[in-house]
Amino acid sequence: MKIISCLKEVPARDTRYQVDSGQHWIEEGGLTLEINECDEYALEEALKLQEAHGGEVSILTVGGARSEKSIRKGLAMGAKQAILVEDEERRVNHPYAAAKVMAQALQDEEFDLVLAGTQSDDYSYAQTGVMLAEMLGLPHATIVMEIEAKPDEKKIKALREMESGWFQWVEMPLPAVLTIQAGSSQVRYPSLPNIMKAKRKEIRRIPLDDLGVDLESMPRLEISRLYFEEAEGKAEILEGDTRSVVDLLVEKLRKEARVL
Amino acid sequence: MAEKIYVLIDHGQGEVRNGSLEALAWGQKMAAERGGEVHAVMLSGPDQEAARQVADSAQASSLLWLRHERLADYDPDAYAAALKDLVRADKPGLLLMAHIYQNIDLAPKLAVAVEGCLITDCIGHKRDDGGLVFVRQMFRNKLNADIRPSSGHPCIATLQAGAVSRDELQAGQSPLQERQADLDQVPQRRVSLEKIGAGKGQVDLTKADVIVGVGRGVKKEENLAMVRELAEVLGAEIGASRPVVDNDWMERERQIGSSGQNVSPKLYIALGISGAIQHIVGMKGSNTIVAVNTDPNAPIFNIATYGIVGDLFEIVPALIEKLRAD
Repeated sequence: MKIISCLKEVPARDTRYQVDSGQHWIEEGGLTLEINECDEYALEEALKLQEAHGGEVSILTVGGARSEKSIRKGLAMGAKQAILVEDEERRVNHPYAAAKVMAQALQDEEFDLVLAGTQSDDYSYAQTGVMLAEMLGLPHATIVMEIEAKPDEKKIKALREMESGWFQWVEMPLPAVLTIQAGSSQVRYPSLPNIMKAKRKEIRRIPLDDLGVDLESMPRLEISRLYFEEAEGKAEILEGDTRSVVDLLVEKLRKEARVL
Repeated sequence: MAEKIYVLIDHGQGEVRNGSLEALAWGQKMAAERGGEVHAVMLSGPDQEAARQVADSAQASSLLWLRHERLADYDPDAYAAALKDLVRADKPGLLLMAHIYQNIDLAPKLAVAVEGCLITDCIGHKRDDGGLVFVRQMFRNKLNADIRPSSGHPCIATLQAGAVSRDELQAGQSPLQERQADLDQVPQRRVSLEKIGAGKGQVDLTKADVIVGVGRGVKKEENLAMVRELAEVLGAEIGASRPVVDNDWMERERQIGSSGQNVSPKLYIALGISGAIQHIVGMKGSNTIVAVNTDPNAPIFNIATYGIVGDLFEIVPALIEKLRAD
């Protein structure tokens, strides 16, 4: 199977964010970046399919030059090659644009399946994968926990998560787009020999402007202000050393909240 | 002409989804501010029962009932096609829906089909100098963003569960307007197979008075012993956020959140839970919430009653000791 695994990188989980002076984005200086969690699970699913059915996994990323570190990690995990749509100035900054650019980049690619994370840890829109499917004219399924491919029948089965502890199997023809939920399986670590090998794998770079996507006329979303939530309604923070903070908590739970 | 705000009403097993009623309340509020009118939109098979129920309970200018056999169960191609025709024909100023899993699957497809702007997982809206903006959370819920859709495109927004209270819904009746959806040209690609329920065994967290919830911050399965001890001292049940269950450290039936149980105990103690929205949705109805987390910016502190910024590996043993001693 030929599988495209969409991957983006986001600020690391323990980032202490600072909003930039224009209040439109975060301060990017000194940020540690990592592969978006759901995308890493998507890549893991892609690699499992590659092992089970043969073929090859290609990574697709839209990002700046610094994305190379995450792409190399993905290649070290087992992807065969990568496509990087170069967007150094972060002009692709909402899901419609991301999907359009990715659809355009995939126009001449042959593939059976596209996997993407269900949502990203930075914007958290949970839109790009489905939008990409619609733009490519392909069926899709979201919030997928498990995949059963039937490449001979040109079909794929996916277990979707639903609310309240329910799951549902759906089936659709290939090619298709699936968005993968985090926690669907254990993500592998790249081995040292694979890290070395990954350095020689090809990253095909496409300048954003070469794709000819008109970023202005499409439906756009703009962050008009980014800010920390106002303090109202926030927790009463109990302070002190461990013993006194525990004493205070128990007292409050007994006398104020009356729940003990 | 008054602006039309459409609200998609989801229903399953003959019941209207709570999130849809919250979305309808949101729509009513926006219409009142903007001088527009709200129309409920429902998709279903030919059975009129669910449509009647909505029409008789919610106050809207009309209930547009899109009817077709292929709309009896959710199918993204059929649902998106029916709604695309509606949006194209009626040109509502806004289409609102609940941010539930079905709409996460549907809304982005519809947005592309109608070349619209989609703002997902909103917690509200406001007006600034440039007009209407939607408020939502970003960066693992740590920051809020005001999002402005570009003008000249249809606008779709999904509402986070609980962001608008269902109590704000104005009850009443809506005149029913039936429309037969035209889906003849729409291929059936995705087929739904069996549905699997997560095992609901001995544990019923929905009835627990006290719950100790544990998240990623517990770090290792062995550390759960300490949490169990605390639960025992408190006579509490143990619940978990998703990463704990995904690691197989706890049964899935103990998962709290959008893909697990919704709980509302008198006391919820969140240990090492940062507060992903999927978890918060399941426990924010708790009466008193205590959060222990090393990260002072963890979003769980935004909804907790009492917060302790600290290491749960120090706090929990001290708390057990204190409760035992008293």
